[in-house]
Amino acid sequence: MIQIHNLCIHFSGFSLNNVNIHIKKHEFFVLLGPTGSGKTLLVEAIAGITPISSGKIIINGQDMTHVPPEKRKVGIVYQDYALFPHLTVMENIQYGLAYHKHGPDDLQRIRDLMSKTGILNLSNRKIKNLSGGEKQRIALIRALAVNPSVVLLDEPLSSLDPGFRDDIQNLLKMLHKNTDTTFLMVTHDFAEAFFLGERGAILNQGTLEQCGSVNALFTSPKTPFVARFMGFKNMFEAQIDKNLAKTDSFELELNSPITPDANYICFRGEDTRVFSTRPNSKHCNTFSGRIQDIIDKGSYCDLYINVNNILIHVSMTKSEIINNAFCIEKDVYLVIPKQAIHTFFC
Amino acid sequence: MKRHYDPFLIVSIISCVSVSLFILAPIIQLLLGPSWVIILESMRDPDIQKAIGLSLYTSGIAALIALIIGTPFAYLLARKSFFGKRVIEGIIDLPIVIPHPVIGIAILGIVGKQHWLGALLHRMGVYLMGTISGIVIVLTFVGMPFYINTVKNGFEAIPVRLENVSRSLGASFRSTFFRITLPLAFRSIIVGFIMCFARAISEFGAVVVVAYHPMTAPVLIYERFTSYGLKYSQPIAVLLILISLLLFIALRLISRKDINL
Repeated sequence: MIQIHNLCIHFSGFSLNNVNIHIKKHEFFVLLGPTGSGKTLLVEAIAGITPISSGKIIINGQDMTHVPPEKRKVGIVYQDYALFPHLTVMENIQYGLAYHKHGPDDLQRIRDLMSKTGILNLSNRKIKNLSGGEKQRIALIRALAVNPSVVLLDEPLSSLDPGFRDDIQNLLKMLHKNTDTTFLMVTHDFAEAFFLGERGAILNQGTLEQCGSVNALFTSPKTPFVARFMGFKNMFEAQIDKNLAKTDSFELELNSPITPDANYICFRGEDTRVFSTRPNSKHCNTFSGRIQDIIDKGSYCDLYINVNNILIHVSMTKSEIINNAFCIEKDVYLVIPKQAIHTFFC
Repeated sequence: MKRHYDPFLIVSIISCVSVSLFILAPIIQLLLGPSWVIILESMRDPDIQKAIGLSLYTSGIAALIALIIGTPFAYLLARKSFFGKRVIEGIIDLPIVIPHPVIGIAILGIVGKQHWLGALLHRMGVYLMGTISGIVIVLTFVGMPFYINTVKNGFEAIPVRLENVSRSLGASFRSTFFRITLPLAFRSIIVGFIMCFARAISEFGAVVVVAYHPMTAPVLIYERFTSYGLKYSQPIAVLLILISLLLFIALRLISRKDINL
């Protein structure tokens, strides 16, 4: 569907280097990365808005590298909605129809989409006094109104309140399910990516770090950056021999298969378990340690446990902490399940 | 309880009143100077009617030329980065800083018979010295920076993402410009037009060098002042102020419809 070959963009002191991504038809693809990693630049290059330095962009089997934006059939939705302030809601949504052949069916399809998304009653309203959630719905329907083959979503949820964000997430899922359109969404929130995306890629400083299924990005990072970005707070250099990883402070038993030449291990704080008393012997990778810090994060807490002078991060709910009477300076036992430990070469 | 006033607020209010008085005092004096009988008499004076008409006409044409030529140029400056952009922006501002008689002399230098361009224009039957065309050229020259700078700021205030979305929906560059950019920049275009018109209608120094005749209102005011004194120049000045004021209020009302970007 979308094939990006060796794409390079040099743009006022920033470079996007040799990006290769293949996105399948009707896929929901997420592009992840921190602020300033080049996500928006890549999306605008696909839309034909940003000129590229080298490489190819193929959409639906056609080379679109030098095709102007209006001929690409690629819609774009921005974080700040980019609605036309001098037009009404309906005029915004029907804006693109003037450039595409359309009939009564298309108008009915648009009305159905507006009805499903709850904005039909806003048809004659001006944009000025609408809420963020309403504006984002209008921007989405406007992009879909012209039946694009691809919709590019540039952080569409970032500027919304949490309540609206959940609504729009569900709406995106519904729109993706009910249309033939391929979705490419830019985000720096991996919870959003996990909820919506089927496959994804992670960009860092203009370089593609990893591309694959969202689950693989989440569970099997291939670089330290991806591991950190996807929430692996426990990452250590290690000597790995068969199923045993030796760090400076402890040894861990690993699950097979192990990444060839792996020299790093990482695991999530959420996967690590903590006990007040020594757990029974069936658990491997059990260590004794002392709670050094507890940080309240609202619905959960981050614990930092000192194991042989190394701090291990553990996440747990407040009720678990209360039930086990965990507190700073308390001696505890830590179990790191071997299936939770991931290895990679760097 | 005694109310406390911030010293900075007091200084600001004093500054506001002094500046307003500084600007308004001579204008109020000018408006109150001649009696309404004299002003009404002046309105019937064919020379005054002709001069004011010429000022309005030439300033309007100059502002229109600035609008036609300056709008695409302002868009280019607002949207594109290119080598030498700063130099070009500096060149546009030059007419603001050059003394006005110097502008007149500079224009005369290029359209005079001694210059190849002037000679060519003469052969083509285009005469600028002492003609309406000459006045329009001078007024366009002095008014253009005000138009371009105002409209450039207007274009810059329109998020480029609106244009990107329009293109992605199938609109060409031209269509996007006319359906999105231009309507959103309408207010700044009107303001730029007013600024250019205002600058042009008040121009004296450059016009008097290129075309003493036919007489524009500022030149006639100068002539009446030097030949007959203050009493005879004041009514024309009052009329010019009133006409300008009416015109600007009308244009402001037209452009009142504001759009939140």
